[in-house]
Amino acid sequence: MEYVAAIDQGTTSSRCMVFDEGGRIVSVAQREHRQIFPRPGWVEHDAAEIWEAVQGVLADAVTGSGLEPGSVVALGITNQRETTILWDRRTGEPVANAIVWQDTRTDSLVTSLAAHEALFRERAGLPLATYFAGPKIRWLLDETPGLRDRAERGDVLFGTVDSWLIWKLTGRHVTDVTNASRTMLMNLRTLAWDPELLDALRVPAAMLPEIRPSAEVYGHTEGGLPVAAALGDQQAALFGQTCFAPGETKSTYGSGSFLLMNTGAEPVTSKHGLLTTVGYQIGDAPATYALEGSIAVTGSLVQWLRDNLGLISSAAEIETLARTVDDNGGCYFVPAFSGLFAPHWRADARGVIAGLTGFVTKGHIARAVLEATAWQTREVVDAMNADAGLALTALRADGGMTANNLLMQILADVLAVPVVRPMVAETTCLGAAYAAGLATGYWPGTDALRANWHKAAEWRPEIDPAVRDAEHRNWRKAIERSLDWSTT
Amino acid sequence: MGVGDTIQSVERAAGILRLLASGPRELGVAELARAMELPKGTLHGILRTLVHVGFVEQDATTGRYRLGGTLLHLGSSYLDVNELRTRSLNWADALAGRSRESVWIGTLHEGGVLVVHHVFRPDDSMQVLQVGTLLPAHATALGKVLLAYDPYGESAKEPLAAHTPATLVTADALAKELELVRGRGWAADLEELVEGEVSIAAPIRDRRAVTVGAIGVRGAVERLAEDGEPRRDLVSYVRDAARAITRDLSR
Repeated sequence: MEYVAAIDQGTTSSRCMVFDEGGRIVSVAQREHRQIFPRPGWVEHDAAEIWEAVQGVLADAVTGSGLEPGSVVALGITNQRETTILWDRRTGEPVANAIVWQDTRTDSLVTSLAAHEALFRERAGLPLATYFAGPKIRWLLDETPGLRDRAERGDVLFGTVDSWLIWKLTGRHVTDVTNASRTMLMNLRTLAWDPELLDALRVPAAMLPEIRPSAEVYGHTEGGLPVAAALGDQQAALFGQTCFAPGETKSTYGSGSFLLMNTGAEPVTSKHGLLTTVGYQIGDAPATYALEGSIAVTGSLVQWLRDNLGLISSAAEIETLARTVDDNGGCYFVPAFSGLFAPHWRADARGVIAGLTGFVTKGHIARAVLEATAWQTREVVDAMNADAGLALTALRADGGMTANNLLMQILADVLAVPVVRPMVAETTCLGAAYAAGLATGYWPGTDALRANWHKAAEWRPEIDPAVRDAEHRNWRKAIERSLDWSTT
Repeated sequence: MGVGDTIQSVERAAGILRLLASGPRELGVAELARAMELPKGTLHGILRTLVHVGFVEQDATTGRYRLGGTLLHLGSSYLDVNELRTRSLNWADALAGRSRESVWIGTLHEGGVLVVHHVFRPDDSMQVLQVGTLLPAHATALGKVLLAYDPYGESAKEPLAAHTPATLVTADALAKELELVRGRGWAADLEELVEGEVSIAAPIRDRRAVTVGAIGVRGAVERLAEDGEPRRDLVSYVRDAARAITRDLSR
């Protein structure tokens, strides 16, 4: 038997999964890494620690799981997007901590770029936001003495996490189109670094990786394993959910949540606060584009309840706690910890818990936490329907939070459409494995992948529509109260 | 017994446990006897009983006493069912993929089996999520596994209802069946809940080897059984999944 492995380098942990030809999980390994919070609004990772974790999980899942040596024939990579790593070309060591996608330190820098807003929208398909890699590169170059000179000489290299891992695994400095589409530096139509965008952000071309398709053999590991795919985590999930046709949409529930709709061979410009991104590019085939709506805080709100408030001892217990009550008790939680993402894009928003009375218990708060994920999803779905001129008929949900049955039911109630979980909830890893398997001929084509997709569970709306509408109004009021809070 | 009455030996046992819990040191019989103001003989009787139920342990070399492991686990033995589902999710999906049947995970609840996770049969036919449903323990493979390995010796809710002609309805027949389950490490229900349906299940254990749930498949007798016996390949898939989750829970 031969297998394909995928590394999912995520925001809080690195995982490696091995899949068989049916797309079934054969082995799994996982390691967490530290979240570094040097100041309010700053979020960093140690890229060296991440590389160690990735080597560890790769060894655990591929060699430590009893699979025959050599039976894993391809490796795909999927990764937390936008997180920015700068390293020294000679030593291979990071020159600073990685700036994580959630980090808002580039807030004022982004504001100062307002004159270029239309340019970024038009060329890169992205709104101005702290979220993307370009401003993070610029911040590091501006704030670290001597770094700009070294970058201009090509002694310091930039990469998103895919690029960092491929460099470490194969020695090549490349990135894939999906990750490059999140930098604000790539032209969406030409799929090349755009000199005007580089100019606007003052990023030297010498430090940038070569842009390659999402699926091709980039190189080989020391052990001879072909590294054959890279996809940003959300694009990987779109691929893993086999959303290969225009209109097909998935939503992944992790630390943040992300809805992506396949829009085919043409990029669609959003009028409702969504962004345009590359979905995937397989070998020499033209790129497939997607509309994306991202929500900054969903699963991480559950972790916050666990780690910062101590209301639960594991993330799964949120469901137990939320089921101690029948409703939210009038309580609404807008988790705008780093501002609000799609469709609002308000960096000045901060978290609020609204509607508190003496009646509210921790059970109600737990419920409000789950409802926050559902309402934020609803806002993105409404925007997506408007942009694409379609009405969503079912939501394909995946990610770790799909284990939470109460959340899935609330989602169906709030969206008023069925919510479907596919057989393999780990679509992110699966998508990277699929792309690597296509690149190496392990799978003959996308039809073979589609045949692997099966419905594992389905939740149907049960709520009274009048109650849904009233709750929606209250949610919108809570959103208003979160705005115009932060002035930095 | 009136409201004010108490049982002296239980009070004394509680006193011993409090003493043993009061510091990091192990205590000898003489120290305990002095602190409790009791004759050593009386104390020995109580200690022997506490050791028997696992609440107290005696050090093999010093002969001194300390709190037992069973007692330490009393307050923390409960595994949240939502945690169980989260930790099982990938393995349950993999089992559904390999067996091509629906997958079920259950825990004991009021003498029945509470369905805590359900994965549809991967044929994209119309199916309804059954999480939260209570199944009869004596007539399902999940229930037999849970009863056979229940750490608290819980028994099935009597009387044992006859769901089909094949249902085990006497306590004797069920006891014999549970003995068989313990002997081979898995359970089957051959049309004992629904005519034409078979289920197969195996135990999920935590790091202390306590059974915290059961995972299994359910489907048509034509697909799940051969010559009146559950198909061996499906049994091994189910046991593989149970072992994988057990490994995960012990990490």
